[in-house]
Amino acid sequence: MASKNKRLLWLQSGGCGGCTLSLLNTDAPSLFTTLADIGIELVWHPSFAEQSLDEAMQLLQRLADGREALDMLCLEGSVMTGAAGRFHLLPDGQSMSTLIEQLARRAGQVIAVGTCAAYGGISAAGDNLTGAVGLDYTGNHPGGLLGGNFHAAGGLPVVNISGCPTHPGWVLETLALLAADSLHASDLDPLGRPRFYADKLVHHGCDKNEFYEFKASATAPGQMGCLMEYVGCKGTQAHADCNSRGWNGEGSCLTGGYPCINCTAPDFADPGHGFFSTPQVAGFPVGLPTDMPKAWFVALSTLSKSATPARVRQNATRDRLTVPPSLPKKGKA
Amino acid sequence: MSRRILGPFNRVEGDLNITLDFADGKVSAARVTAPLFRGFERILLGREPLDALAIVPRICGICSVSQSVAAAHALSQLYGITPPANGQRVLNLIHAVENIADHLSHFYLFFMPDFARADYQSHAWHGETLARFQAQRGSAVAPMLEARAILMRFMGSLAGHWPHTLCLQPGGVTKVVSAAERVRLQQWLRSFRRFLEQRTFGQPLEAIAALDSQAALEHYRLETPAADFAHFLHLAAQLQLHQLGRSYDHFIAAAAYAGPDGPWSPAGLWQQGVSQPLPLEQISEDNHRSWLAGDGPSAPLHTDTVPLPDKAEGYSWSKAPRVAGLAAETGALARGLLRGEPLLSEMVASAGGNVLSRVVARLTEVARIVPLMEHWLAALQLEQPFQQPCPASPQHSSAVGLTEAARGMLGHWVTLDAGRISRYQIIAPTTWNFSPRDSKELPGPLEKALEGVDASDPQALQVQHIVRSFDPCQVCTTH
Repeated sequence: MASKNKRLLWLQSGGCGGCTLSLLNTDAPSLFTTLADIGIELVWHPSFAEQSLDEAMQLLQRLADGREALDMLCLEGSVMTGAAGRFHLLPDGQSMSTLIEQLARRAGQVIAVGTCAAYGGISAAGDNLTGAVGLDYTGNHPGGLLGGNFHAAGGLPVVNISGCPTHPGWVLETLALLAADSLHASDLDPLGRPRFYADKLVHHGCDKNEFYEFKASATAPGQMGCLMEYVGCKGTQAHADCNSRGWNGEGSCLTGGYPCINCTAPDFADPGHGFFSTPQVAGFPVGLPTDMPKAWFVALSTLSKSATPARVRQNATRDRLTVPPSLPKKGKA
Repeated sequence: MSRRILGPFNRVEGDLNITLDFADGKVSAARVTAPLFRGFERILLGREPLDALAIVPRICGICSVSQSVAAAHALSQLYGITPPANGQRVLNLIHAVENIADHLSHFYLFFMPDFARADYQSHAWHGETLARFQAQRGSAVAPMLEARAILMRFMGSLAGHWPHTLCLQPGGVTKVVSAAERVRLQQWLRSFRRFLEQRTFGQPLEAIAALDSQAALEHYRLETPAADFAHFLHLAAQLQLHQLGRSYDHFIAAAAYAGPDGPWSPAGLWQQGVSQPLPLEQISEDNHRSWLAGDGPSAPLHTDTVPLPDKAEGYSWSKAPRVAGLAAETGALARGLLRGEPLLSEMVASAGGNVLSRVVARLTEVARIVPLMEHWLAALQLEQPFQQPCPASPQHSSAVGLTEAARGMLGHWVTLDAGRISRYQIIAPTTWNFSPRDSKELPGPLEKALEGVDASDPQALQVQHIVRSFDPCQVCTTH
């Protein structure tokens, strides 16, 4: 059996390590048991491997040279290309970006874990002095370290498990599908994200959907109402299944009381407005659902606002349920 | 003299390389390099103040909530608001979950696997250590991860998710706890307590918190040999870990876990058995040996971060924070000393801060915090508010937000100009512990702790133990 296991190398560069820490939250079963069950051997991981120092460096070099086979490469964090790679150096003075590129060109499958590794993410925000890029994207555009039209030895482009952080299920299910050779190019969306979570919207299954339907809006984080109109929520545009698969058991940004900031999108860290406010044009929020004609949205929201039940309107700006739903009248179904 | 460059260190959060100079077979000088720079202090510039709440947690995946707490403290001051008691209690709960999860991850996943290495196979304790703590495969790993995941359900319930929550706000928290949710939270905490009492400590948490001397600790070890903590104490005694990794014995801490009667753990500076209030205005950053513009000590509120990758004198992306010119150590041991914990005070009086005392401080803190969490949960006044409204504009233009991450003192020095962030300087725990030399060539705490160490074996295992005894977080260090 052991020989059939896929050999996975996990590297970190310009990131926070949060996708690894989120991965550790997986609980049924726990991480190392799951990896073994899905047929993956973790050849090295910066947080979990025994090998350190020279023995780690020698292992990385053998994998980069092709002296040892590498089935899967996961990168977490952006690639730091600025100043000739000086923003992330290995102990031998080699830039980390060089090593990442060598390994990506050896690996059978290349996986960007998190928005940083996929597109540059938050490390590329602001003036991006460090030249942070994704593996095969620079922000929304093909490019990145690998040039923008990369295909790994196994034939797939870089698989972009975007998210800041990633849900452990997104990562483990992608790895399981890859290990079984069951993830195909058609299973990725136009930004390279696995469709099984990226073809859903955060809006789907949102706790606040009744408030959305009636445009009964919160005016601050922590209120019960919909956070889209005033509080910056991008759940109607954000590609992820956060409200249909729980985080840490039962959570999501919305159940936590704060807006979705669309962290699976390449440029989420530079929204062009405050994260907790929604820019408005002529009294309507910008950034409506991407596939809904604006005139219809305006018409529907005007209509639904006029039909908002008092219960929904009153609860919207409270921090907890104040007016409960009424019971059906006696004698009626 | 010979020189050796060690790296990449793993099982530290982030990246770390160390250059060692040797004389007579022992380390004569160590230079600690943080080799990765992202530039969060620049990413924050020009943004609205509240945007810090979305940016700073992403500095670090393991200290994410601590970064949020420091920002929320600074923003509370800038907006002139104070969270209500419920908001403070929920913040404490969320922060405590991160901190104790970090302590456990450090012990089980990052620190102990080094003792399972084949280098130690001639020792009588090694077989058991290998079975229990081998990296990824040890029998202690899966049960710890399962217990940790149950504890982390607090984050799903209270914070939406972990890491990178936005629920911590200047006026409190965005989540209101219901009576039914409190029942669930209490059940998860009971479950986590059971794991600690059965596996980690082998005794009630209160018995661990009551260990008040080295003699009591030794008695515990002999009485409870099967517990993971006792197993560590046993191999620590065999390997004389109390003689390894002593630094300056200057300790610094911020206040941790605010409450109506003051913080659970006080801020301060500890030297030679004497605590003094934290001299905040005497904290400086020194960029002499950093690949950053600037040289001598500079006040964080008046410092800008300008990377200079080619700076000839530089050898790290980390700044060198100093307090009154001293390089100071921060972490659970510093907190324990400032609280006057008898066991830790006695350990430091006899052998200083070292590999053993740092680990004992961390694990005994876990035993103290879980009962505190039970208290905070029970004390929530469910019908009362959890958050105060935040005014539309900030009332002040500069603030310092301080807190304690698992691995020590974290500070955010924030300046606003015309309602936007014009300066945001961060000093993280491992910036203190793993700082490079300063403009007086004073070594940082780890650099000091490595002097005199035997690092002749291929793996430089003593160096690895010392490095990991600080529970470093290098992504925070340079941010």
